[in-house]
Amino acid sequence: MSMANVNTEKDIPLSNVQAQLGAEESYMRMITKRFLKHKLAVLGLIVFCLIILSAVFAPLISPSDPYEISGEFAAAPSGEHMLGTDQVGRDLLSRLIYASRVSLSVGVGAVAIYVVIGTVLGAIAGYFGKWVDMVIMRLTDVFMSFPYLMVILVLVSIMGPDLYNIIIVLGLLGWPAICRIVRGSVLSIKEMDYVKAGVALGYSTPKIVFQHILPNCLAPILVNATFGIAQAIIMEASLSFLGMGVQPPTASWGNMLTEAQSLTVLSSQPWLWVPPGMMILLAVLSINFMGDGLRDAMDPKSLK
Amino acid sequence: MSLIKSDERTPLLEVQNLKKYFPIKKGIISRTVGQVKAVDGLNLTIYEGETISLVGESGCGKSTTGRAIVQLDPQTEGKVIFKGKELSTLSSMELRKIRTDLQIIFQDPYSSLNPRKRIGDLLAEPLLAHKLTDKSEVSRKVDDILEIVGLSKFHKSRYPHEFSGGQRQRIGIARALILQPKLIVCDEPVSALDVSIQAQVLNLLKDLQKEFQLTYLFIAHGLGVVKYISDRIAVMYLGKIVELAKTEDIFKNPRHPYTQALLHAYPIPNPHLRSRERIVMEGDVPSPANPPKGCSFHARCPLAQDICRSQAPALQGDEHTVACHFPLG
Repeated sequence: MSMANVNTEKDIPLSNVQAQLGAEESYMRMITKRFLKHKLAVLGLIVFCLIILSAVFAPLISPSDPYEISGEFAAAPSGEHMLGTDQVGRDLLSRLIYASRVSLSVGVGAVAIYVVIGTVLGAIAGYFGKWVDMVIMRLTDVFMSFPYLMVILVLVSIMGPDLYNIIIVLGLLGWPAICRIVRGSVLSIKEMDYVKAGVALGYSTPKIVFQHILPNCLAPILVNATFGIAQAIIMEASLSFLGMGVQPPTASWGNMLTEAQSLTVLSSQPWLWVPPGMMILLAVLSINFMGDGLRDAMDPKSLK
Repeated sequence: MSLIKSDERTPLLEVQNLKKYFPIKKGIISRTVGQVKAVDGLNLTIYEGETISLVGESGCGKSTTGRAIVQLDPQTEGKVIFKGKELSTLSSMELRKIRTDLQIIFQDPYSSLNPRKRIGDLLAEPLLAHKLTDKSEVSRKVDDILEIVGLSKFHKSRYPHEFSGGQRQRIGIARALILQPKLIVCDEPVSALDVSIQAQVLNLLKDLQKEFQLTYLFIAHGLGVVKYISDRIAVMYLGKIVELAKTEDIFKNPRHPYTQALLHAYPIPNPHLRSRERIVMEGDVPSPANPPKGCSFHARCPLAQDICRSQAPALQGDEHTVACHFPLG
């Protein structure tokens, strides 16, 4: 093995340099670094973290019980109730804080369900191709051609408008977009030589799909999922606004907005509808900024 | 159907009448309107311990042949018999098992390693997947193989993008080698590397062959690389083998006009030796979707006669086989 040894000596100085550079520039670190350069994304991350923290520690930070009638009906903000009270006399700030729990669990829960469904179906369609692909892609087309809001309204009214049902319905209907993205990525990645090498090495098909192909299409999945959370929050708000969402007395940003349906509230009691509207805006914007930053950070072509 | 008769050597792999056609689809209902005959009736016997090279210009079907042999793109027709078993008849479990003896090294070292896996995991994976080695032994085996291909064990925690092309190719070789295969299909393993690294990798392959009694099917597009490493050379043209002989016979006494033209395309470094007249081929390779009648080379052949345009020549000869109506020499 004399030749091989000669090679080693030649390469070691070079690879030592690479070792120092390489150790610092691992993939995750590179992405983190790029993400942190994106100012709006970092701002989004901070705001989103604050919302999560307030949702987690809601009992500690909310000034009073969100379900207790503790003041006048629809009272304007005062020292006692910082954001005033709603039309039943409950503290609005407390309800706003507790509502973030509902909105976030709808967002994260629905997206978690549909990312799993979409990824698995997309991977199967892309990897196996032929009639399997045909069937799954036509199914996706069918799901994509539903009038989304109508179907959700119908399903929720059949299953009953409760938090878990909304999560399940949104999750079961949201997968087609991710399914298409994953299929596309898998189609291109399965032709890569390292996947062929996996086949030649005799790995099982699930191992090839889940350990060699899917980790390499993580970036588009992750980006799509962040935007999906924002969409699901808006969808829950719309459902609640239409009265098919989370039912009172449980607070959600959407059903708090429902109270703004009357003209008097809209024109003379802004404390009832501006704060929940602002929260939806903040949550969705912060998530979208994060998604943007993540997309740029994971795009190998944006070399900075 | 062995083309080269040899009593003392045992065939490791036999390729019989291998055909690989790719359908050409058109229209909204993707009707098959034709077929690209990438490999069209190829016979080849590979004996244990030898290096046989498959040479030909781009698009002649040499990589397709290699991929069909390791069953990455299964053949349309014909048989690939490895260690006495016909690969296409095996169940997927049996095939997975036999793959441990039949490996491939890819051309492009940049796309042949999973960018998300550390080198250590990449090399340990085959051993773990086939449960060939005790878990405690795996790490030591990976260290060994890295040393054999000229890398160190501290490379184990690195990702592929941290290596140069030559180093990556050696990782690819290590990965093919770690299951201790009998036959390795080398699909242009040095074409993507620069010349100085080419020599390193070729030397490494040669050393490994001695140490582990490997058999190589070496695919290349030029004769230069191949001269150094092979025992026998098969020249391919448009999906068929047109000449197959020992390396020195091919270089000293080429019998097919195409082989001769390929040899003329191989540069001679010493200007004083450049006395010979050069044959430069005219035209392009005919489309494999619509191969010419008769001998597939007749359109570019300086010696073509009427019979060449109507009748395809068969491979003839014992040790030195050639498919030509009017062989040279």
